[in-house]
Amino acid sequence: MSSVRGGARAGDLSIESVHKTFTIGRRAVSALCDITLQVEEGGFLSIVGASGCGKSTLLRIVAGLERADRGTVLLGSQPIRGPGRDRGMVFQDHRLFPWLTVEQNVAFALGGDPSRVSSAVVQQRVELVGLAAFRGAYPHQLSGGMAQRAAIARALVNRPRVLLLDEPFGALDALTRIQMQQEILRIREVERTTMVLVTHDIEEAIFLGDRVVVMSSSPGTIRRTLEVDLPRPRSRSRHEFMRLRRSIYAEFFTEGDEPFAYAI
Amino acid sequence: MLSSTIVTRWLQAFGSSRAEGNASKRAHFALAAGRRALHYASLPIAALCLWQLTSVLDLVPAVAMPSPAQVARAFLELVRTGELLRHVAMSLARVLEGTAAAAALGIGLGIGVGLSRRLERATDLMLELLRPIPPIAWIPLAILWFGIGELSKLFIIFLGAFFPIVMNVISGIRQTEHKFVEVARILEVPRARFIRHVIVPGALPVIMSSLRLGLGIAWMCVVAAELIAASSGVGYLIMDARQLSRPDVVLAGMITIGVVGKAMDVALKRLERRVVEWKVIYQGE
Repeated sequence: MSSVRGGARAGDLSIESVHKTFTIGRRAVSALCDITLQVEEGGFLSIVGASGCGKSTLLRIVAGLERADRGTVLLGSQPIRGPGRDRGMVFQDHRLFPWLTVEQNVAFALGGDPSRVSSAVVQQRVELVGLAAFRGAYPHQLSGGMAQRAAIARALVNRPRVLLLDEPFGALDALTRIQMQQEILRIREVERTTMVLVTHDIEEAIFLGDRVVVMSSSPGTIRRTLEVDLPRPRSRSRHEFMRLRRSIYAEFFTEGDEPFAYAI
Repeated sequence: MLSSTIVTRWLQAFGSSRAEGNASKRAHFALAAGRRALHYASLPIAALCLWQLTSVLDLVPAVAMPSPAQVARAFLELVRTGELLRHVAMSLARVLEGTAAAAALGIGLGIGVGLSRRLERATDLMLELLRPIPPIAWIPLAILWFGIGELSKLFIIFLGAFFPIVMNVISGIRQTEHKFVEVARILEVPRARFIRHVIVPGALPVIMSSLRLGLGIAWMCVVAAELIAASSGVGYLIMDARQLSRPDVVLAGMITIGVVGKAMDVALKRLERRVVEWKVIYQGE
Protein backbone atom coordinates (compact mmCIF):
# COMPACT_ATOMS: atom_id res chain seq x y z
CA MET A 1 0.00 0.00 0.00
CA SER A 2 2.79 2.39 0.95
CA SER A 3 4.31 2.16 -2.50
CA VAL A 4 0.98 3.20 -4.03
CA ARG A 5 0.71 6.12 -1.64
CA GLY A 6 4.27 7.21 -2.19
CA GLY A 7 3.88 7.51 -5.93
CA ALA A 8 0.30 8.79 -5.90
CA ARG A 9 -0.58 11.39 -8.50
CA ALA A 10 -2.98 14.23 -7.66
CA GLY A 11 -5.90 12.59 -9.43
CA ASP A 12 -5.41 9.12 -7.97
CA LEU A 13 -8.27 8.03 -5.77
CA SER A 14 -7.75 5.31 -3.24
CA ILE A 15 -10.52 3.89 -1.07
CA GLU A 16 -9.16 1.61 1.65
CA SER A 17 -11.26 -0.72 3.83
CA VAL A 18 -14.19 1.65 4.15
CA HIS A 19 -17.04 0.65 6.47
CA LYS A 20 -20.26 2.53 7.04
CA THR A 21 -23.24 1.70 9.23
CA PHE A 22 -26.48 3.64 9.44
CA THR A 23 -28.92 3.57 12.30
CA ILE A 24 -32.46 3.31 11.02
CA GLY A 25 -34.94 3.45 13.84
CA ARG A 26 -33.03 1.44 16.43
CA ARG A 27 -31.54 -1.05 14.01
CA ALA A 28 -27.98 -0.76 12.80
CA VAL A 29 -27.86 -1.31 9.05
CA SER A 30 -24.52 -2.00 7.45
CA ALA A 31 -24.37 0.08 4.26
CA LEU A 32 -20.75 -0.54 3.29
CA CYS A 33 -18.51 -3.35 4.44
CA ASP A 34 -14.79 -3.36 3.74
CA ILE A 35 -14.71 -1.53 0.44
CA THR A 36 -11.30 -1.18 -1.17
CA LEU A 37 -10.95 0.45 -4.58
CA GLN A 38 -8.37 2.31 -6.60
CA VAL A 39 -8.90 4.69 -9.48
CA GLU A 40 -5.90 6.02 -11.32
CA GLU A 41 -5.64 9.61 -12.41
CA GLY A 42 -7.64 10.09 -15.58
CA GLY A 43 -9.38 6.75 -15.09
CA PHE A 44 -13.10 6.10 -15.32
CA LEU A 45 -14.58 3.77 -12.73
CA SER A 46 -18.19 2.63 -12.95
CA ILE A 47 -19.92 1.23 -9.87
CA VAL A 48 -23.05 -0.70 -10.64
CA GLY A 49 -25.49 -2.19 -8.17
CA ALA A 50 -29.12 -2.51 -7.18
CA SER A 51 -30.71 0.38 -5.32
CA GLY A 52 -29.80 0.31 -1.65
CA CYS A 53 -26.46 -1.42 -2.15
CA GLY A 54 -24.59 1.52 -0.69
CA LYS A 55 -23.03 2.72 -3.94
CA SER A 56 -24.32 6.26 -3.47
CA THR A 57 -23.13 6.23 0.14
CA LEU A 58 -19.67 5.32 -1.09
CA LEU A 59 -19.71 8.26 -3.49
CA ARG A 60 -20.96 10.58 -0.74
CA ILE A 61 -18.07 9.46 1.46
CA VAL A 62 -15.63 10.30 -1.33
CA ALA A 63 -17.38 13.66 -1.72
CA GLY A 64 -17.01 14.27 2.01
CA LEU A 65 -20.74 14.54 2.61
CA GLU A 66 -20.68 11.41 4.77
CA ARG A 67 -17.99 10.12 7.06
CA ALA A 68 -16.75 6.54 6.93
CA ASP A 69 -16.94 4.68 10.25
CA ARG A 70 -13.66 2.96 9.47
CA GLY A 71 -11.15 3.05 6.65
CA THR A 72 -9.68 5.92 4.68
CA VAL A 73 -10.18 7.62 1.37
CA LEU A 74 -7.12 9.22 -0.20
CA LEU A 75 -7.12 11.72 -3.03
CA GLY A 76 -3.59 11.96 -4.26
CA SER A 77 -1.77 11.39 -1.00
CA GLN A 78 -4.15 13.35 1.21
CA PRO A 79 -6.91 11.71 3.25
CA ILE A 80 -10.39 13.11 2.65
CA ARG A 81 -11.85 14.72 5.77
CA GLY A 82 -14.76 16.72 4.38
CA PRO A 83 -16.22 18.24 1.23
CA GLY A 84 -13.90 20.21 -0.99
CA ARG A 85 -13.60 21.80 -4.37
CA ASP A 86 -11.00 19.29 -5.46
CA ARG A 87 -13.95 16.95 -5.99
CA GLY A 88 -16.86 17.84 -8.24
CA MET A 89 -20.20 16.13 -7.87
CA VAL A 90 -23.18 15.71 -10.15
CA PHE A 91 -26.37 14.42 -8.55
CA GLN A 92 -29.34 12.65 -10.12
CA ASP A 93 -31.39 15.82 -9.63
CA HIS A 94 -29.43 18.69 -11.16
CA ARG A 95 -29.53 20.77 -7.95
CA LEU A 96 -28.98 24.02 -9.82
CA PHE A 97 -29.99 27.04 -7.76
CA PRO A 98 -33.35 28.00 -9.27
CA TRP A 99 -32.78 31.72 -8.64
CA LEU A 100 -29.59 31.79 -10.69
CA THR A 101 -29.24 31.48 -14.46
CA VAL A 102 -27.05 28.80 -16.04
CA GLU A 103 -23.95 30.99 -16.14
CA GLN A 104 -24.66 32.44 -12.71
CA ASN A 105 -24.83 28.93 -11.30
CA VAL A 106 -21.46 28.14 -12.84
CA ALA A 107 -19.99 31.48 -11.72
CA PHE A 108 -21.25 30.90 -8.18
CA ALA A 109 -19.40 27.59 -8.02
CA LEU A 110 -16.24 29.41 -9.03
CA GLY A 111 -16.50 31.44 -5.86
CA GLY A 112 -17.20 34.81 -7.41
CA ASP A 113 -20.22 37.01 -7.30
CA PRO A 114 -22.88 35.16 -9.32
CA SER A 115 -23.84 38.41 -11.02
CA ARG A 116 -20.33 38.72 -12.46
CA VAL A 117 -20.54 36.10 -15.16
CA SER A 118 -18.16 37.56 -17.71
CA SER A 119 -15.33 35.34 -16.49
CA ALA A 120 -13.72 33.46 -19.36
CA VAL A 121 -13.60 30.25 -17.32
CA VAL A 122 -17.37 30.36 -16.84
CA GLN A 123 -18.03 30.99 -20.52
CA GLN A 124 -15.62 28.24 -21.52
CA ARG A 125 -17.34 25.67 -19.27
CA VAL A 126 -20.79 26.68 -20.43
CA GLU A 127 -19.61 26.26 -24.01
CA LEU A 128 -17.93 22.96 -23.19
CA VAL A 129 -21.26 21.44 -22.21
CA GLY A 130 -22.98 22.97 -25.22
CA LEU A 131 -25.17 25.47 -23.41
CA ALA A 132 -23.82 28.71 -24.89
CA ALA A 133 -27.25 29.57 -26.27
CA PHE A 134 -28.91 29.00 -22.89
CA ARG A 135 -26.43 30.78 -20.65
CA GLY A 136 -29.04 33.28 -19.48
CA ALA A 137 -31.81 30.73 -18.90
CA TYR A 138 -33.16 29.83 -15.48
CA PRO A 139 -33.14 26.14 -14.51
CA HIS A 140 -36.92 25.81 -14.85
CA GLN A 141 -36.60 26.85 -18.48
CA LEU A 142 -34.23 23.97 -19.28
CA SER A 143 -34.98 20.39 -20.28
CA GLY A 144 -33.75 17.61 -18.02
CA GLY A 145 -30.73 16.94 -20.22
CA MET A 146 -29.80 20.61 -20.48
CA ALA A 147 -30.09 21.06 -16.70
CA GLN A 148 -27.78 18.09 -16.21
CA ARG A 149 -25.29 19.61 -18.68
CA ALA A 150 -25.34 22.80 -16.63
CA ALA A 151 -24.78 20.77 -13.47
CA ILE A 152 -21.75 19.14 -15.12
CA ALA A 153 -20.39 22.56 -16.13
CA ARG A 154 -20.80 23.72 -12.53
CA ALA A 155 -19.05 20.64 -11.17
CA LEU A 156 -16.13 21.11 -13.59
CA VAL A 157 -15.57 24.83 -13.22
CA ASN A 158 -13.15 24.47 -10.32
CA ARG A 159 -11.09 21.92 -12.28
CA PRO A 160 -11.68 19.16 -9.70
CA ARG A 161 -9.27 16.26 -9.54
CA VAL A 162 -12.18 13.82 -9.46
CA LEU A 163 -15.68 14.14 -10.88
CA LEU A 164 -18.22 12.10 -8.94
CA LEU A 165 -21.33 11.17 -10.89
CA ASP A 166 -24.21 9.90 -8.75
CA GLU A 167 -26.67 8.35 -11.23
CA PRO A 168 -26.45 11.57 -13.22
CA PHE A 169 -28.62 10.38 -16.10
CA GLY A 170 -31.03 8.24 -14.10
CA ALA A 171 -33.89 10.69 -14.46
CA LEU A 172 -33.45 11.29 -18.20
CA ASP A 173 -35.29 9.61 -21.04
CA ALA A 174 -33.48 6.83 -22.89
CA LEU A 175 -32.45 8.90 -25.93
CA THR A 176 -31.17 11.83 -23.89
CA ARG A 177 -29.34 9.42 -21.64
CA ILE A 178 -27.38 7.92 -24.54
CA GLN A 179 -26.60 11.40 -25.81
CA MET A 180 -25.37 12.48 -22.37
CA GLN A 181 -23.20 9.37 -22.06
CA GLN A 182 -21.43 10.36 -25.26
CA GLU A 183 -21.18 13.93 -23.98
CA ILE A 184 -19.48 12.89 -20.76
CA LEU A 185 -16.88 10.95 -22.75
CA ARG A 186 -16.27 13.96 -24.97
CA ILE A 187 -15.90 16.20 -21.90
CA ARG A 188 -13.50 13.70 -20.39
CA GLU A 189 -11.37 13.86 -23.53
CA VAL A 190 -11.07 17.62 -23.03
CA GLU A 191 -10.74 17.78 -19.24
CA ARG A 192 -8.88 14.54 -18.49
CA THR A 193 -10.57 14.40 -15.09
CA THR A 194 -10.70 11.22 -13.04
CA MET A 195 -14.32 10.07 -12.98
CA VAL A 196 -16.34 7.80 -10.72
CA LEU A 197 -19.83 6.93 -11.88
CA VAL A 198 -22.49 5.26 -9.78
CA THR A 199 -25.34 3.76 -11.77
CA HIS A 200 -27.88 0.96 -11.84
CA ASP A 201 -27.67 0.83 -15.62
CA ILE A 202 -25.32 -2.02 -16.58
CA GLU A 203 -24.97 -0.87 -20.17
CA GLU A 204 -24.09 2.65 -19.06
CA ALA A 205 -21.47 1.29 -16.67
CA ILE A 206 -19.77 -0.67 -19.46
CA PHE A 207 -20.13 2.05 -22.07
CA LEU A 208 -18.38 4.62 -19.87
CA GLY A 209 -16.03 2.80 -17.51
CA ASP A 210 -12.48 1.55 -17.87
CA ARG A 211 -13.43 -0.70 -15.04
CA VAL A 212 -16.79 -1.81 -13.69
CA VAL A 213 -17.27 -2.67 -10.04
CA VAL A 214 -20.33 -4.76 -9.25
CA MET A 215 -21.70 -4.24 -5.75
CA SER A 216 -24.08 -6.43 -3.81
CA SER A 217 -26.50 -5.29 -1.14
CA SER A 218 -26.83 -5.51 2.63
CA PRO A 219 -24.13 -5.21 3.52
CA GLY A 220 -22.70 -3.32 0.53
CA THR A 221 -19.66 -5.22 -0.64
CA ILE A 222 -17.72 -5.48 -3.86
CA ARG A 223 -18.84 -8.62 -5.60
CA ARG A 224 -16.74 -8.42 -8.69
CA THR A 225 -14.48 -6.11 -10.67
CA LEU A 226 -14.32 -6.27 -14.47
CA GLU A 227 -11.85 -4.58 -16.77
CA VAL A 228 -13.54 -3.13 -19.82
CA ASP A 229 -10.85 -3.57 -22.41
CA LEU A 230 -12.79 -2.22 -25.37
CA PRO A 231 -11.68 0.58 -27.68
CA ARG A 232 -13.66 3.84 -27.70
CA PRO A 233 -16.08 4.79 -29.07
CA ARG A 234 -17.69 1.60 -27.91
CA SER A 235 -20.44 -0.03 -29.86
CA ARG A 236 -23.18 -1.38 -27.66
CA SER A 237 -23.95 -4.06 -30.19
CA ARG A 238 -20.45 -5.51 -30.37
CA HIS A 239 -20.07 -9.06 -29.27
CA GLU A 240 -17.58 -8.29 -26.46
CA PHE A 241 -19.79 -5.53 -25.15
CA MET A 242 -22.78 -7.83 -24.99
CA ARG A 243 -20.76 -10.59 -23.43
CA LEU A 244 -19.64 -8.24 -20.63
CA ARG A 245 -23.17 -7.02 -20.17
CA ARG A 246 -24.52 -10.52 -19.92
CA SER A 247 -21.83 -11.48 -17.48
CA ILE A 248 -22.69 -8.56 -15.17
CA TYR A 249 -26.36 -9.23 -15.60
CA ALA A 250 -25.77 -12.77 -14.39
CA GLU A 251 -24.49 -11.30 -11.11
CA PHE A 252 -27.97 -10.01 -10.40
CA PHE A 253 -30.28 -12.48 -12.11
CA THR A 254 -30.14 -16.06 -13.25
CA GLU A 255 -29.75 -16.44 -17.01
CA GLY A 256 -33.32 -17.58 -17.52
CA ASP A 257 -34.70 -14.35 -16.04
CA GLU A 258 -33.08 -12.22 -18.67
CA PRO A 259 -35.85 -10.50 -20.56
CA PHE A 260 -35.56 -10.86 -24.30
CA ALA A 261 -35.93 -7.14 -24.89
CA TYR A 262 -32.79 -6.51 -22.88
CA ALA A 263 -30.66 -8.46 -25.32
CA ILE A 264 -31.11 -6.07 -28.26
CA MET B 1 -73.22 35.08 -14.56
CA LEU B 2 -76.28 35.00 -16.77
CA SER B 3 -75.98 38.69 -17.52
CA SER B 4 -72.31 38.29 -18.41
CA THR B 5 -73.04 35.58 -20.99
CA ILE B 6 -75.77 37.69 -22.51
CA VAL B 7 -73.44 40.65 -22.77
CA THR B 8 -70.64 38.62 -24.32
CA ARG B 9 -73.02 36.97 -26.83
CA TRP B 10 -74.20 40.37 -27.82
CA LEU B 11 -70.62 41.64 -28.11
CA GLN B 12 -69.70 38.61 -30.19
CA ALA B 13 -72.57 39.13 -32.57
CA PHE B 14 -71.74 42.78 -32.79
CA GLY B 15 -68.02 42.11 -33.31
CA SER B 16 -68.18 39.37 -35.91
CA SER B 17 -70.52 41.29 -38.17
CA ARG B 18 -68.04 44.06 -38.86
CA ALA B 19 -64.49 42.90 -38.11
CA GLU B 20 -62.40 40.75 -40.42
CA GLY B 21 -58.85 39.29 -40.45
CA ASN B 22 -56.49 40.86 -37.94
CA ALA B 23 -59.09 43.18 -36.62
CA SER B 24 -61.36 40.26 -35.80
CA LYS B 25 -58.47 38.52 -34.06
CA ARG B 26 -57.79 41.61 -32.03
CA ALA B 27 -61.47 41.92 -31.26
CA HIS B 28 -61.46 38.29 -30.20
CA PHE B 29 -58.67 38.92 -27.70
CA ALA B 30 -60.32 42.07 -26.43
CA LEU B 31 -63.52 40.11 -26.05
CA ALA B 32 -61.80 37.35 -24.11
CA ALA B 33 -60.13 39.90 -21.85
CA GLY B 34 -63.44 41.67 -21.33
CA ARG B 35 -65.12 38.41 -20.48
CA ARG B 36 -62.43 37.62 -17.93
CA ALA B 37 -62.74 41.07 -16.38
CA LEU B 38 -66.50 40.66 -16.16
CA HIS B 39 -66.08 37.23 -14.61
CA TYR B 40 -63.61 38.69 -12.12
CA ALA B 41 -65.98 41.48 -11.09
CA SER B 42 -69.15 39.41 -11.16
CA LEU B 43 -69.52 38.91 -7.39
CA PRO B 44 -69.09 42.59 -6.41
CA ILE B 45 -71.50 43.50 -9.23
CA ALA B 46 -74.01 40.97 -7.94
CA ALA B 47 -73.65 42.35 -4.41
CA LEU B 48 -74.20 45.86 -5.74
CA CYS B 49 -77.33 44.72 -7.57
CA LEU B 50 -78.68 43.05 -4.42
CA TRP B 51 -77.95 46.17 -2.41
CA GLN B 52 -79.72 48.38 -4.96
CA LEU B 53 -82.66 45.96 -4.90
CA THR B 54 -83.04 46.15 -1.11
CA SER B 55 -83.12 49.92 -1.21
CA VAL B 56 -85.52 50.06 -4.17
CA LEU B 57 -87.88 47.69 -2.39
CA ASP B 58 -87.37 49.67 0.84
CA LEU B 59 -86.47 46.55 2.79
CA VAL B 60 -84.00 48.39 5.03
CA PRO B 61 -84.45 51.94 6.39
CA ALA B 62 -82.13 54.40 4.66
CA VAL B 63 -80.72 55.61 8.00
CA ALA B 64 -79.25 52.14 8.54
CA MET B 65 -78.39 51.30 4.97
CA PRO B 66 -78.36 54.08 2.37
CA SER B 67 -78.72 53.17 -1.29
CA PRO B 68 -75.72 52.72 -3.59
CA ALA B 69 -76.64 55.99 -5.28
CA GLN B 70 -76.52 57.87 -1.98
CA VAL B 71 -73.17 56.32 -1.13
CA ALA B 72 -71.84 57.19 -4.57
CA ARG B 73 -72.96 60.80 -4.07
CA ALA B 74 -71.25 60.93 -0.69
CA PHE B 75 -68.15 59.44 -2.24
CA LEU B 76 -68.03 61.96 -5.07
CA GLU B 77 -68.56 64.78 -2.59
CA LEU B 78 -65.63 63.51 -0.50
CA VAL B 79 -63.46 63.30 -3.58
CA ARG B 80 -64.49 66.76 -4.76
CA THR B 81 -63.63 68.46 -1.47
CA GLY B 82 -60.33 66.57 -1.34
CA GLU B 83 -61.27 65.26 2.09
CA LEU B 84 -61.06 61.62 1.07
CA LEU B 85 -57.66 61.96 -0.54
CA ARG B 86 -56.34 63.71 2.55
CA HIS B 87 -57.55 60.96 4.88
CA VAL B 88 -56.40 58.12 2.61
CA ALA B 89 -52.97 59.73 2.21
CA MET B 90 -52.72 60.08 5.97
CA SER B 91 -53.62 56.44 6.61
CA LEU B 92 -51.35 55.21 3.82
CA ALA B 93 -48.40 57.18 5.14
CA ARG B 94 -48.91 55.62 8.57
CA VAL B 95 -49.21 52.15 7.13
CA LEU B 96 -46.12 52.49 4.98
CA GLU B 97 -44.04 53.84 7.85
CA GLY B 98 -45.24 51.23 10.33
CA THR B 99 -44.89 48.35 7.86
CA ALA B 100 -41.45 49.50 6.77
CA ALA B 101 -40.29 49.42 10.38
CA ALA B 102 -41.95 46.03 10.93
CA ALA B 103 -40.43 44.66 7.72
CA ALA B 104 -36.94 45.86 8.54
CA LEU B 105 -37.03 44.43 12.02
CA GLY B 106 -39.11 41.37 11.14
CA ILE B 107 -36.96 40.31 8.18
CA GLY B 108 -33.76 40.98 10.11
CA LEU B 109 -34.84 39.10 13.21
CA GLY B 110 -36.50 36.38 11.12
CA ILE B 111 -33.30 35.67 9.20
CA GLY B 112 -31.31 35.72 12.43
CA VAL B 113 -33.64 33.34 14.24
CA GLY B 114 -33.97 31.13 11.16
CA LEU B 115 -30.19 30.77 11.01
CA SER B 116 -29.43 30.39 14.68
CA ARG B 117 -30.96 27.86 17.01
CA ARG B 118 -29.49 29.78 19.96
CA LEU B 119 -31.29 32.94 18.93
CA GLU B 120 -34.45 30.90 18.39
CA ARG B 121 -34.24 29.49 21.90
CA ALA B 122 -33.74 32.98 23.27
CA THR B 123 -36.64 34.60 21.43
CA ASP B 124 -39.22 31.90 20.73
CA LEU B 125 -41.16 32.09 24.02
CA MET B 126 -41.32 35.86 23.92
CA LEU B 127 -42.54 35.88 20.31
CA GLU B 128 -45.11 33.19 20.97
CA LEU B 129 -46.43 34.97 24.07
CA LEU B 130 -46.80 38.34 22.34
CA ARG B 131 -48.07 37.03 19.01
CA PRO B 132 -51.60 36.02 20.09
CA ILE B 133 -52.34 39.46 21.58
CA PRO B 134 -54.38 41.31 18.95
CA PRO B 135 -52.94 44.73 18.06
CA ILE B 136 -56.23 46.33 19.05
CA ALA B 137 -55.73 45.11 22.61
CA TRP B 138 -52.59 47.25 22.70
CA ILE B 139 -54.49 50.45 21.91
CA PRO B 140 -55.20 51.45 25.55
CA LEU B 141 -51.55 51.01 26.46
CA ALA B 142 -50.42 52.73 23.29
CA ILE B 143 -52.52 55.78 24.20
CA LEU B 144 -51.13 55.77 27.74
CA TRP B 145 -47.58 55.52 26.48
CA PHE B 146 -47.60 57.64 23.36
CA GLY B 147 -50.75 59.74 23.71
CA ILE B 148 -53.00 60.06 20.68
CA GLY B 149 -50.18 61.32 18.46
CA GLU B 150 -48.69 59.59 15.45
CA LEU B 151 -46.49 57.33 17.50
CA SER B 152 -49.37 55.38 19.04
CA LYS B 153 -50.78 54.57 15.59
CA LEU B 154 -47.38 53.56 14.27
CA PHE B 155 -46.94 51.34 17.30
CA ILE B 156 -50.21 49.49 16.62
CA ILE B 157 -49.39 49.10 12.92
CA PHE B 158 -45.92 47.88 13.73
CA LEU B 159 -47.31 45.22 16.08
CA GLY B 160 -49.85 44.10 13.50
CA ALA B 161 -47.34 43.70 10.68
CA PHE B 162 -44.32 42.54 12.67
CA PHE B 163 -45.50 39.15 13.90
CA PRO B 164 -46.76 37.68 10.61
CA ILE B 165 -43.59 38.90 8.90
CA VAL B 166 -41.14 37.56 11.46
CA MET B 167 -42.89 34.18 11.83
CA ASN B 168 -43.06 33.63 8.06
CA VAL B 169 -39.47 34.69 7.47
CA ILE B 170 -38.29 32.22 10.12
CA SER B 171 -40.17 29.38 8.49
CA GLY B 172 -38.98 30.50 5.04
CA ILE B 173 -35.35 30.32 6.15
CA ARG B 174 -35.92 26.95 7.75
CA GLN B 175 -37.36 25.61 4.50
CA THR B 176 -33.97 25.86 2.80
CA GLU B 177 -33.62 22.60 0.93
CA HIS B 178 -31.03 20.17 2.19
CA LYS B 179 -29.90 19.39 -1.34
CA PHE B 180 -28.76 22.99 -1.79
CA VAL B 181 -26.96 22.90 1.54
CA GLU B 182 -25.03 19.87 0.27
CA VAL B 183 -24.13 21.60 -2.98
CA ALA B 184 -22.86 24.59 -1.00
CA ARG B 185 -20.79 22.28 1.20
CA ILE B 186 -19.19 20.61 -1.82
CA LEU B 187 -18.39 24.01 -3.30
CA GLU B 188 -16.96 25.14 0.06
CA VAL B 189 -19.11 28.26 0.04
CA PRO B 190 -18.21 30.55 2.97
CA ARG B 191 -21.02 31.16 5.44
CA ALA B 192 -21.71 34.78 4.51
CA ARG B 193 -21.95 33.89 0.82
CA PHE B 194 -24.07 30.88 1.66
CA ILE B 195 -26.56 33.07 3.55
CA ARG B 196 -26.60 35.78 0.93
CA HIS B 197 -26.75 33.67 -2.20
CA VAL B 198 -28.40 30.42 -1.11
CA ILE B 199 -30.54 30.85 2.01
CA VAL B 200 -31.99 34.30 1.46
CA PRO B 201 -32.85 33.89 -2.25
CA GLY B 202 -34.43 30.53 -1.46
CA ALA B 203 -36.58 32.12 1.23
CA LEU B 204 -37.43 35.17 -0.89
CA PRO B 205 -40.80 33.87 -2.14
CA VAL B 206 -41.89 33.31 1.46
CA ILE B 207 -40.44 36.66 2.54
CA MET B 208 -42.37 38.43 -0.22
CA SER B 209 -45.66 36.79 0.69
CA SER B 210 -45.02 37.61 4.35
CA LEU B 211 -44.74 41.26 3.35
CA ARG B 212 -48.07 41.07 1.57
CA LEU B 213 -49.62 39.49 4.64
CA GLY B 214 -48.02 42.08 6.93
CA LEU B 215 -49.12 45.00 4.80
CA GLY B 216 -52.70 43.69 4.70
CA ILE B 217 -52.84 43.38 8.47
CA ALA B 218 -51.19 46.79 8.88
CA TRP B 219 -53.93 48.32 6.78
CA MET B 220 -56.57 46.76 9.03
CA CYS B 221 -54.71 47.98 12.10
CA VAL B 222 -54.41 51.59 10.97
CA VAL B 223 -58.14 51.86 10.50
CA ALA B 224 -58.75 50.25 13.88
CA ALA B 225 -56.30 52.62 15.55
CA GLU B 226 -57.81 55.65 13.82
CA LEU B 227 -61.31 54.62 14.85
CA ILE B 228 -60.29 55.01 18.46
CA ALA B 229 -57.65 57.67 18.65
CA ALA B 230 -57.10 60.01 15.73
CA SER B 231 -58.12 63.26 14.14
CA SER B 232 -57.33 62.20 10.59
CA GLY B 233 -57.23 59.08 8.42
CA VAL B 234 -59.90 56.86 6.93
CA GLY B 235 -60.75 55.35 10.31
CA TYR B 236 -61.32 58.80 11.75
CA LEU B 237 -63.46 59.71 8.72
CA ILE B 238 -65.72 56.73 9.41
CA MET B 239 -65.96 57.40 13.14
CA ASP B 240 -66.66 61.07 12.58
CA ALA B 241 -69.39 60.23 10.05
CA ARG B 242 -71.04 57.88 12.53
CA GLN B 243 -71.22 60.68 15.09
CA LEU B 244 -72.76 62.94 12.45
CA SER B 245 -75.21 60.16 11.47
CA ARG B 246 -73.94 59.95 7.93
CA PRO B 247 -74.10 56.22 7.09
CA ASP B 248 -73.46 57.05 3.43
CA VAL B 249 -70.06 58.52 4.35
CA VAL B 250 -69.39 55.54 6.62
CA LEU B 251 -70.00 53.19 3.71
CA ALA B 252 -67.99 55.30 1.27
CA GLY B 253 -65.10 55.15 3.75
CA MET B 254 -65.42 51.39 4.16
CA ILE B 255 -65.46 50.79 0.42
CA THR B 256 -62.38 53.01 0.09
CA ILE B 257 -60.59 50.85 2.67
CA GLY B 258 -61.35 47.76 0.61
CA VAL B 259 -60.27 49.32 -2.68
CA VAL B 260 -57.02 50.73 -1.28
CA GLY B 261 -56.23 47.38 0.37
CA LYS B 262 -56.75 45.58 -2.91
CA ALA B 263 -54.60 48.11 -4.78
CA MET B 264 -51.75 47.68 -2.33
CA ASP B 265 -51.92 43.92 -2.67
CA VAL B 266 -51.86 44.12 -6.46
CA ALA B 267 -48.81 46.38 -6.31
CA LEU B 268 -46.96 44.02 -3.99
CA LYS B 269 -47.93 40.98 -6.07
CA ARG B 270 -46.40 42.69 -9.11
CA LEU B 271 -43.24 43.39 -7.17
CA GLU B 272 -43.20 39.79 -5.95
CA ARG B 273 -43.45 38.46 -9.48
CA ARG B 274 -40.55 40.63 -10.55
CA VAL B 275 -38.39 39.68 -7.57
CA VAL B 276 -38.97 35.93 -7.86
CA GLU B 277 -39.16 35.64 -11.64
CA TRP B 278 -37.16 32.40 -11.41
CA LYS B 279 -39.96 30.57 -9.69
CA VAL B 280 -42.74 28.75 -11.46
CA ILE B 281 -45.77 29.49 -9.37
CA TYR B 282 -48.72 27.13 -9.31
CA GLN B 283 -51.58 29.02 -10.94
CA GLY B 284 -54.43 26.64 -10.13
CA GLU B 285 -56.45 24.67 -12.67
